[in-house]
Amino acid sequence: MDKKIQLWEGNHLVAEAAIRAGCRFFAGYPITPSSEVAEYMAWKLPQVGGTFIQMEDEIASMGAIIGASLAGVKSMTATSGPGFSLKQENLGFACIAEIPVVILNVMRGGPSTGLPTHPSQMDVMQARWGTHGDHWIIAIAPAYMDEIFRGTVRAFNLAEKYRVPVIILLDEILGHMHEGYEIPDDFEIIDRAKPDVPPEEYFPYDDSKGDVPPLAPFFTGYRYNVTGLNHDKSGFPTTNPELIQRDMERQRRKLYANLDDILWYDEYKLDDAEIGLVAFGSMGRSAQVAVDLAREQGIKAGLFRPITLWPFPEEKVQQLAEQVDTILVPEMNLGQLILEVERCVHGKANVEGVNKVGGLPIEPPEILEAIKARI
Amino acid sequence: MAFNYEYYLRMDKMPHMWCPGCGIGIVVKAMLRAIDKMGWSKDDVAVVSGIGCTSRTPGYVDFNTLHTTHGRALTFATGLKLARPDKHVIVISGDGDAAAIGGNHFLHACRRNIDLTLIVVNNYIYGMTGGQASPTTPFGARASTAPYGAVDSPLDISRVAIAAGASYVARGTVAQGFMLEKFIYNGFKHKGFAVIEAMSTCPIQYGRRNKLSDPVQLLKWVKEHGVPAKKAEKMSPEELEGKFITGELHNQERVEYTEEYELVRQRAQEAAGAR
Repeated sequence: MDKKIQLWEGNHLVAEAAIRAGCRFFAGYPITPSSEVAEYMAWKLPQVGGTFIQMEDEIASMGAIIGASLAGVKSMTATSGPGFSLKQENLGFACIAEIPVVILNVMRGGPSTGLPTHPSQMDVMQARWGTHGDHWIIAIAPAYMDEIFRGTVRAFNLAEKYRVPVIILLDEILGHMHEGYEIPDDFEIIDRAKPDVPPEEYFPYDDSKGDVPPLAPFFTGYRYNVTGLNHDKSGFPTTNPELIQRDMERQRRKLYANLDDILWYDEYKLDDAEIGLVAFGSMGRSAQVAVDLAREQGIKAGLFRPITLWPFPEEKVQQLAEQVDTILVPEMNLGQLILEVERCVHGKANVEGVNKVGGLPIEPPEILEAIKARI
Repeated sequence: MAFNYEYYLRMDKMPHMWCPGCGIGIVVKAMLRAIDKMGWSKDDVAVVSGIGCTSRTPGYVDFNTLHTTHGRALTFATGLKLARPDKHVIVISGDGDAAAIGGNHFLHACRRNIDLTLIVVNNYIYGMTGGQASPTTPFGARASTAPYGAVDSPLDISRVAIAAGASYVARGTVAQGFMLEKFIYNGFKHKGFAVIEAMSTCPIQYGRRNKLSDPVQLLKWVKEHGVPAKKAEKMSPEELEGKFITGELHNQERVEYTEEYELVRQRAQEAAGAR
């Protein structure tokens, strides 16, 4: 039945991919430009035995998905702009308590109410550092329909595998764009590890068998405590400095020791490139067209496009800095991704931004002009 | 035979962090007796809280326990219950947690009528953070952020619960622990959102600032300020000024959310099948 090309809106494709990945609980609050995800879920989830609930606000939606996930149900929410700010409180809870959840942020202009119906890429840093305190998180920024589908499935898989919240970053362009797509069936689904010990031997934050302790669903005989306070291996609050240091280092390590598994990126015509572009999401698509336009004019441009935005694929950018003299970073903000690129490049190449914030995309000819200005 | 509280407590986490004279323990004991009376397996019960003194309860009780963010306990509990409607989800919260920062969630939980039980331990003060005025601090009472007396009028949590649509609402005091147990038990049995408000005591943070520092004296003050609903009917508004009405204040049969959502699933599946 699915073996056919259908016209998909980006937001709807995220929702459909989530359901195929096993998502059975969605809590949300209306916000432009992500509401189509909630609408799709309200329609489709009850058909597959899942649950959709419209909550009283963004904070409540985030709390509800953490609660449902603790009961063992794969859960997600979707939001944008001010809603993403409101998610941050309970997102931090999901980080410290290590609860798998997926959050879609369809980026619009900001700050505050900003540009609700127009795209931006202004939440690059908020996706990494939006909630207070040290925390480690995964953010995935797809650019094409297949990446939206597989990236959403991957978001659930990574959340389950690493007991971590995963953010999907789209922008208004990708969320509202319609394209033909055939839903694939060749994807893997990962479920969280369950304990293989009896309840009396189970500790939800026990690091003795690895950096990602199994998570027993509530109501399955494993009675334990979950808290947003720093905690010991039993989940009970502690202020013991050694225990906290060890636990926080483990939370970092569980992602950063597995970068080969987590990182996802695309390289376009980089082999012989003399000028490099680093761009993601919809601007990654613009940049790819710009590479072709440049090559038509004999300029050897190439594109590095991170799809996993956080953790940032820093080794790849370091390699690029060894290869080219100039790296351009087109992004729909006044300079966020470029900060991370500059950090990785560490002065080994000239890094310059191509920026636009008025709610319009940076079009390929504009990027081409920027390339030509540096040749 | 004496009630075996230890069966329901995580004794390895003792001593607890509550102050001598605190009323929270009386509420927790009433809750445990009510759970026992229901005959629920500990595996089938979740106790969820936000932040504050009362919200430390989950750590000490041997259920599936979840200590969430300030004011948000009901939102986590909503997800938990919707994921497992067959299980028993209890939320225990303080007055600041439930009525100030969690006020919006409280209103909508009442409106939604999910089969959850909310126990609010109301001690008229932010205890854990050092005695700041709460939304239930009586007008004129002293708090660390109201050194000249509270200017705000207190919120009547039970009345708000009724107005917002909670289908079972009862209020008791920690001076009457067995009455609280009965209300909590009836709240558990009730199919829908149940609110039990326990008027409590905080001798350290509230009492000391309001000439009620002796725990027994404060307990008596709470008892004396409670007026049974029947008696209140015969009293004038002037006589009821500064008092609170106790008893089962509201009990209504109303559509329960998770049952209704099951019908939504059926309709959705029929619609999908018909296409």
